Amino acid sequence: MADIKQKVTEIVVRKLGVEETQVTESANFIKDLGADSLDTVELIMEFENEFGITIEDSEAEKIQTVGDVINFLKEKVGE
Amino acid sequence: MERFKEKVVVVTGGCRGIGKAIVEGFLREGAFVYAWDYKIPEPGEAFIDNESMGQRVSVVQVDVSSADSVNLASQKVLEERGKVDILVNNAGITRDNLILRMSENEWDAVLNTNLKGAFLCTKALVRAMMNQRWGRIVNISSIVGEIGNAGQSNYSASKAGLIGFTKSLAKELASRNILVNAIAPGYVRTAMTDKLTAEQKELFLKNIPLRREAEPEDIAKVVLFLASDDASYITGQVINVDGGLVM
Repeated sequence: MADIKQKVTEIVVRKLGVEETQVTESANFIKDLGADSLDTVELIMEFENEFGITIEDSEAEKIQTVGDVINFLKEKVGE
Repeated sequence: MERFKEKVVVVTGGCRGIGKAIVEGFLREGAFVYAWDYKIPEPGEAFIDNESMGQRVSVVQVDVSSADSVNLASQKVLEERGKVDILVNNAGITRDNLILRMSENEWDAVLNTNLKGAFLCTKALVRAMMNQRWGRIVNISSIVGEIGNAGQSNYSASKAGLIGFTKSLAKELASRNILVNAIAPGYVRTAMTDKLTAEQKELFLKNIPLRREAEPEDIAKVVLFLASDDASYITGQVINVDGGLVM
């Protein structure tokens, strides 16, 4: 779990150019972290690559916050 | 002028006709160019005579209608050069026929190469442009995509499709400083237009205010302009290069 959170934070910091402290579980990618629609697609693709999974569009639509991603990945790839 | 020094360019359909003129234009101005084509020159057959230009061109056999072929060639570009700056979707074929006689194969072949090909090449290369926050995509459409042409419902549909593709991409990618434009050539002297009947040619020439057909270089010059920094405030446009035929 800690590992997933750390990796997600790294990716978000790198892709969106935000500070690590901004990447809290409640942070909304668009509203809080300044992502636009292309950024969110790129983030999803980064998560897919990093964790070796496929995230369906219907699943991606539900991912709005950093916490959403962490919970999703926790279920998908396990602890 | 060396407007494209250090730039990496991919030109589909780059071995003949308009595509070859585009490749040569970029080479003259310092770029490294990948000329993708379904039919490439035989081994030993010189593609570019000039030695210094010849060192900056890589000819690759690619079927743009095949995702596997396009992805493989794209990987090669990114592995060898580490980036891509400019993509010219130029590959195009014709399978002319009146609708009553047009086979499903003739329709599919033209749409798959001309329209789906542009989609596949763009998809494979655009990510690298997004990451570097700089890119230029120029799609070679045609005036028949705007005004139609009897016997070319498949070809004109594919070329009209490229215009919609261009405008949507321009909107999607503007925030990443990727500019997407289309050129609509009119009557250009190439192997493709040699296939037109004498009647069709005469009809075309009669309606061209500049009273001549275009040379491939006339089109290439505008591609280079749209790919250059001089065109940094132009996106989502269709530029007709047709001697005034359509206005």
